[in-house]
Amino acid sequence: MKLDSKIPSGPLGQKWDKHKFDLKLVNPANKRKFEVIVVGSGLAGGSAAATLAELGYSVKSFCYQDSPRRAHSIAAQGGINAAKNYQNDGDSVHRLFYDTIKGGDFRARESNVHRLAQVSVNIIDQCVAQGVPFAREYGGLLDNRSFGGAQVSRTFYARGQTGQQLMLGAYSALSRQIGLGTVKMYPRTEMLDLVVVDGHAKGIVVRDLVTGEISSHAADAVVLATGGYGAVFYLSTNAVGCNVTGTFRAFKKGAAFANPCYTQIHPTCIPVSGDHQSKLTLMSESLRNDGRVWVPKRKEDSSKSPDSIAEADRDYILERKYPSFGNLAPRDISSRAAKEACDEGRGVGPGGFGVYLDFNDAIKRVSEAKIRERYGNLFDMYERITGENAYQQPMRIYPAVHYTMGGLWVDYNLMSNLPGLFVVGEANFSDHGANRLGASALMQGLADGYFILPYTIGHYFASSKQARPKSDHPEFRKVEEEVNARTKRMLAIKGKKAPRAFHRELGKLMWENCGMARSKESLELNLKRIPELREEFWNNVNVSGESGDLNQTLEHAGRVADFLEFGELLCLDALTREESCGGHFRVEHQEEGECKRDDENFAHVAAWEHQGEGKAPLRHTEPLVYDEVRMSTRSYK
Amino acid sequence: MEKGMNLTLIVWRQKDAKSTGSFATYDARDVNPDMSFLEMLDVVNDDLIKRGQEAIAFDSDCREGICGTCSCVINGIAHGGQKATTACQLHMRKFRDGDTITIEPWRAKAFPVVKDLVVDRSAFDRIIQAGGFVSVRTGGTPDANAIRVSKEDSDLAMDAAQCIGCGACVAACKNASAMLFVSAKVSHLGLLPQGQPERDRRVLNMVRQMDVEGFGACTVTGSCEAVCPKEITLDNIARMNRDYAVATAQGK
Repeated sequence: MKLDSKIPSGPLGQKWDKHKFDLKLVNPANKRKFEVIVVGSGLAGGSAAATLAELGYSVKSFCYQDSPRRAHSIAAQGGINAAKNYQNDGDSVHRLFYDTIKGGDFRARESNVHRLAQVSVNIIDQCVAQGVPFAREYGGLLDNRSFGGAQVSRTFYARGQTGQQLMLGAYSALSRQIGLGTVKMYPRTEMLDLVVVDGHAKGIVVRDLVTGEISSHAADAVVLATGGYGAVFYLSTNAVGCNVTGTFRAFKKGAAFANPCYTQIHPTCIPVSGDHQSKLTLMSESLRNDGRVWVPKRKEDSSKSPDSIAEADRDYILERKYPSFGNLAPRDISSRAAKEACDEGRGVGPGGFGVYLDFNDAIKRVSEAKIRERYGNLFDMYERITGENAYQQPMRIYPAVHYTMGGLWVDYNLMSNLPGLFVVGEANFSDHGANRLGASALMQGLADGYFILPYTIGHYFASSKQARPKSDHPEFRKVEEEVNARTKRMLAIKGKKAPRAFHRELGKLMWENCGMARSKESLELNLKRIPELREEFWNNVNVSGESGDLNQTLEHAGRVADFLEFGELLCLDALTREESCGGHFRVEHQEEGECKRDDENFAHVAAWEHQGEGKAPLRHTEPLVYDEVRMSTRSYK
Repeated sequence: MEKGMNLTLIVWRQKDAKSTGSFATYDARDVNPDMSFLEMLDVVNDDLIKRGQEAIAFDSDCREGICGTCSCVINGIAHGGQKATTACQLHMRKFRDGDTITIEPWRAKAFPVVKDLVVDRSAFDRIIQAGGFVSVRTGGTPDANAIRVSKEDSDLAMDAAQCIGCGACVAACKNASAMLFVSAKVSHLGLLPQGQPERDRRVLNMVRQMDVEGFGACTVTGSCEAVCPKEITLDNIARMNRDYAVATAQGK
């Protein structure tokens, strides 16, 4: 397998402009002859489908939800970064670039990250023009806040619902195109496999979730915008429908999967309350602007009520350990600090897996009304879930799986090693390295969809000249048969356990052995246990109902089956990466509890190639070269 | 360990859009008060699945009250009656041991039942497609701070823009009117300078599509506002009616 990143030559700041000029164009009159399939309708997929249609391409958009407005981008709360420097506090494209590279622990490509910082400014212009109601100052200009490890205020936000408002902006652009007939929308339709013809990705096989019908769709290119794989941990902040099927099926058809071990654990989620739980809920990181994280200094105090613990007996863990960033330290670092405190027995709440996020000082400083204005909806949400009032007592929070930096390998054009297969948003691996900064996911999704893919996909059409097959091509028939056989097999098992039981069990293995801290032993244990669990699944799962109508049990079973294979790949990647970086923390590689990178041996992207059923995947590497920045040890002290 | 609650569920089961549905009764045993309502249904479903019976189909996705997917009428009230709360955020501590709970799908001509508690809300998407947008293409937009918007207008627009499109307003209305949903989008864009060039045609096109889809008329009973998980207010309907009247008077 050849991994050619196709990074343009020339000075970093000029690469993207030069590349845009070098990209071949498709004649405007010819664009409608090219059909593009976009799978997923979140920020990346929705913005890509709308923009491609505006340019004149014929677009088909697929989502498993009942409407493209519901993709999980909608749940992002805090904000979106852009190097606008509206606050005159010294921000610049270069600073956003540098912060993102450093935040990613020097495991992302310089060229991609710089481009992301460049186009960030266009995103805000675009969204405002669509009518996204970002927060404003009294003078009518846009407001900003600092967020998640940044020392400048570059985050734009819409109350605690930024993801929702950006999502509705992209959805409105997409809806306009659907109304104009340039995008054909397929809601409640799930991609079950990728179809590759003559080495090029040329279509997908899908299941109509209402009728159960399996059908094929051919195209000139396929864009996967299917999101991340956080739900491999079962409990995560992802929606319950989020899955790895799109990207994992592409992996099995030859696309390289890069850095699956880079998973982000978000520090501020509501702690687990019991075994029945189906998901974890994030409390926006923006809360850390005003909330202070603490635990009791003494173990004995951890079961006392928080107001009975004197100031002198409290340990403000982040302020103590990272004085210059304090409560705004990056996500991976804050999460580990919470885990460390709980492992020492100083955790609070039922089960001892929680730390306090306290607003008492902020309420005294700026008033309860002001805090309500800033975070009211989050406090309400917290009360609905826990039954507790966080204006009167500190919130309890604990880290949870939130985002996955790994994904399908893509080159500078966002095309995978399979020609014709493009991957955008969280589904690709490209911009966040080993750790993502807060408010950067929305930025990346929209950068890919509005401002990068629409340019680069044209180059593929203009240069590859690979004809679009018909959807009755034998390869489509073959893949349809495989999909049907798999469904039949699952329905025939009639075992004793519901699919959720397997999902929950897999999630526990992943969280305990491949979560915030990973070791050789824990990963090897998973590499033994996951295949056993998979074996049990294929012998003992019960998928009730039929294949010919709406069957959510069958949908879930298919996704769990893929997670049961993918989890193994993730652990294998984590085992092979013998260093700690960003969200990947190997207990063998640390220095005073902090990540210890090994730049000599691991300053590369690891991209895995499927070798066939039952065979170990092959690990390829793409070296990471830093011309502009000096690789340093991240320090937030 | 305190013992969980025991509940009786009376659930609407309907094979598909063409079949006739009916209520079926299920026991929910040992329900933990910290469970969400949908997690309680998960547990009931897993038990059905283990016994080889078909699970109760219901829609949900984010389970944190923002995606607008979940949609059931609980004890006669869309989303179950907790103020500003979707069904996924309703927690079992709001119920009592021994309760009987009736669970139904949204019921409206424009929202046909797909299966059990799942309905087809694509009518909402078609209303947005008819005009719920600002017609700008990607690129070529002015600097974001070149468009100044007063904080008051921006906040009001945000209040309206919060609508999650769940359809509870339609389910609660005796006429199955979609006025609250449509007016939220008309208000959001109508309050902002970006929305002005298309203000008239937007309201006319969206209202036309709303009527085509078969939603009923608004008689301002306010039941929509009462169940709305995002607290979208009736003011929006007043704004839409004014915009509609102005656009019509201008003969557009």
